[in-house]
Amino acid sequence: MAANITIPDFSIAPRIDQVGVEERASRFTKRSLKNETKINGLKLALNMIDLTTLEGKDTDGKVKQLCYKAMHLHDAYPGLPTVAAICVYPSMVSVAKKALGDSGIKVASVSTAFPSGQAPREVKIRDTKFAINQGADEIDMVISRGKFHQGEYNFVFDEIAAIKEVCGTTTLKVILETGELGTYDKVRRASDIAMYAGADFIKTSTGKIAPAATMPVTLVMLEAIRDFYYKTGKRISMKPAGGISKAKLALHYLVMLNEVLGEEWMNNQYFRFGASSLANDILMQLMKQKTGVYQSADYFSND
Amino acid sequence: MAKNNTLKLKFDSSRNLAPAPESKSVAKIADRYELFINGKFEKPSSKKYFKTINPATEENLSLIAEANNADVNKAVKAARNAYEKGWKKTAPKERAKYIYRIARIIQERARELAVIETLDGGKPIRESRDFDVPTAANHFFYYAGWADKLEYAFPNRNPQSLGVAGQIIPWNFPLLMAAWKIAPALATGNTVVLKPAETTSLTALKLAEIIQEADLPPGVVNIITGAGATGAAMVNHPDINKIAFTGSTDVGKIIQKAIAGTNKKATLELGGKAANIIFDDAPLDQAVEGVINGIFFNQGHVCCAGSRLFVQESVYKIVLQKLKDRMESLIVGNPLDKNTDIGAINSKQQLEVINKYIKIGQQEGAEIFQSKCTIPTKGFYCRPTIFTNVAQSNRIAQEEIFGPVLSIQTFRTEDEVIEKANNTPFGLSAGVWTDKGSKIFNMTSKLKAGVIWANTYNKFDPTSPFGGYKESGFGREGGLHGLGAYLKV
Repeated sequence: MAANITIPDFSIAPRIDQVGVEERASRFTKRSLKNETKINGLKLALNMIDLTTLEGKDTDGKVKQLCYKAMHLHDAYPGLPTVAAICVYPSMVSVAKKALGDSGIKVASVSTAFPSGQAPREVKIRDTKFAINQGADEIDMVISRGKFHQGEYNFVFDEIAAIKEVCGTTTLKVILETGELGTYDKVRRASDIAMYAGADFIKTSTGKIAPAATMPVTLVMLEAIRDFYYKTGKRISMKPAGGISKAKLALHYLVMLNEVLGEEWMNNQYFRFGASSLANDILMQLMKQKTGVYQSADYFSND
Repeated sequence: MAKNNTLKLKFDSSRNLAPAPESKSVAKIADRYELFINGKFEKPSSKKYFKTINPATEENLSLIAEANNADVNKAVKAARNAYEKGWKKTAPKERAKYIYRIARIIQERARELAVIETLDGGKPIRESRDFDVPTAANHFFYYAGWADKLEYAFPNRNPQSLGVAGQIIPWNFPLLMAAWKIAPALATGNTVVLKPAETTSLTALKLAEIIQEADLPPGVVNIITGAGATGAAMVNHPDINKIAFTGSTDVGKIIQKAIAGTNKKATLELGGKAANIIFDDAPLDQAVEGVINGIFFNQGHVCCAGSRLFVQESVYKIVLQKLKDRMESLIVGNPLDKNTDIGAINSKQQLEVINKYIKIGQQEGAEIFQSKCTIPTKGFYCRPTIFTNVAQSNRIAQEEIFGPVLSIQTFRTEDEVIEKANNTPFGLSAGVWTDKGSKIFNMTSKLKAGVIWANTYNKFDPTSPFGGYKESGFGREGGLHGLGAYLKV
């Protein structure tokens, strides 16, 4: 990170007005995307997906199947993009890496005692090192929400900075777990801490806590990214995760991204969807646009 | 590294969405419209008609009858007759049923009304669909509920209706203003002669059809069309008991002169030059959104528009940067497109007024910024515009422009901004943006404005009274106060 960035006092992070931010977020859902704008948007959303499996019962077999799906989303529709990445537990990184080969699809690994983050720092560092050694291209870490609620922002900051140091050039996504933070003010504060500590991405949720990503929470984070960009000239990326399973909702997110941060963020370097079932709904909509009729869900593979 | 305040975001693609026009097919517009008097559509005795056009395309929509003195007289007679012979004695519960029925039919025909409102007035379909029409229906619903509870609204006062109300409404919210005027008048047992503005008569005439459909007794509501002369004939008519006017301060003054010394009651809702005030502890992103909503809602054709922005100096640069970037993502264009944020200016005449003020602002040395969006070549359009480097002495900070033009000033202390905010002949509305509750209460008790919004702007509800101080008029519409304006208490 550039040397001349001064670290602000996080206890006075900008305040968020709940009513205002929710109203603004709902405004994006009023945009009506048609024809080529819709098709382009759907394809872009597809290309931004981090196809995810994070289950206790994950096996090599399951991960391999998911990787195949990532590379062959729907062969009946030629010319489709692939998803951006596969997101798995550290133990599955090597399997995914091998399965994806030279497809260009990245392997993201959750880390730092995901999803709770309730582990000592050495464990989190070892967890991260292991994932990177296995070949992970991206690390999705969780912040220590307990410490955050205790007001120990320096602890949270230092932990993110320590993991970033381990990551080096590996992309670091910092999961705030907004569903556990309670207010938009705190989402904003956690976003600022993560970005100043070296996050490449800020990410809403683990997917294990409800509510996961919502449009207002994502908006608060996008606005934090904008302010960080105004201050430093550095573009931070955004990943809403969990709860985005419909194509229409994904398009609303893209409208929001486009109108808050502009077109320079409109690619999978700067925006991702953490999702598992979103891809099939997008595929269904794309086929509808192409053929004019909806097809049964059974025509789309479930891996 | 890029320096602060020089970075700009890029929004070209967010403005270039594929067209998503609302279908015009639901809007049934006749070739010509007559006057609605005594429950029937009647030809004007003037035999004259004037054109109403779509300001977005300059195409003709229809011909509208022009009411002369004889027509006004006929309408007032019908209203008087309906009042004396029936409406005054109609059981309040029965009155409520009619009002409720009107509300329901507005809801049923919401889409048609929204499309016509947009075609005739130029406002974006998103606003007529999501704001004008539903809020109009809500006003009828709300006042339907009051009709049989007037004694509870004014305990021990034996509230009595006034008689015939003459109502003159503006072109910025044609259907909604008609609802604001008609609903409380009916709920309190008065009869009505209403005149919409000459550029936007269509939805009022559609409302006449709805009133017919609702079986309201003939003459209880009469809707006549025409320009200033028709309005003057109403104001001067001896058999009208109350004038309710919404429009410019200049016309308001003429009306007040005209009714001086008569028994006519009046409520006037006139112009404004509202201060929208951002403190350094405000939620800035939401405040910027409030500024956008405050000045660009309905192309700035809003009497309570937040047309003067005051920003505390310590956050001035960042607010300005955010505001400019936000303006670049606004979509200006075809009002019928569902994605349009800012539609067409209501008339050529109004566009000329706005352009005149933009020129004045530049001549006065203020710094202009307009978003870079393209605007259609046909029709009346104005880019969203802000002026910085503005002082209280500038005309653009003093006079009502009634368009998408914002003047921005800075301030240092609370006392300073209160003084500047109140330093205007108007006093309709104001906005305060701060995270601190005590500051909100201090500001709201010291700002001389009829409506003050805290951490939001341009919020309307039938239950909330609306009206001004000073040259912004007197009397309140909406809520319990709105009932009082149509009663002897």
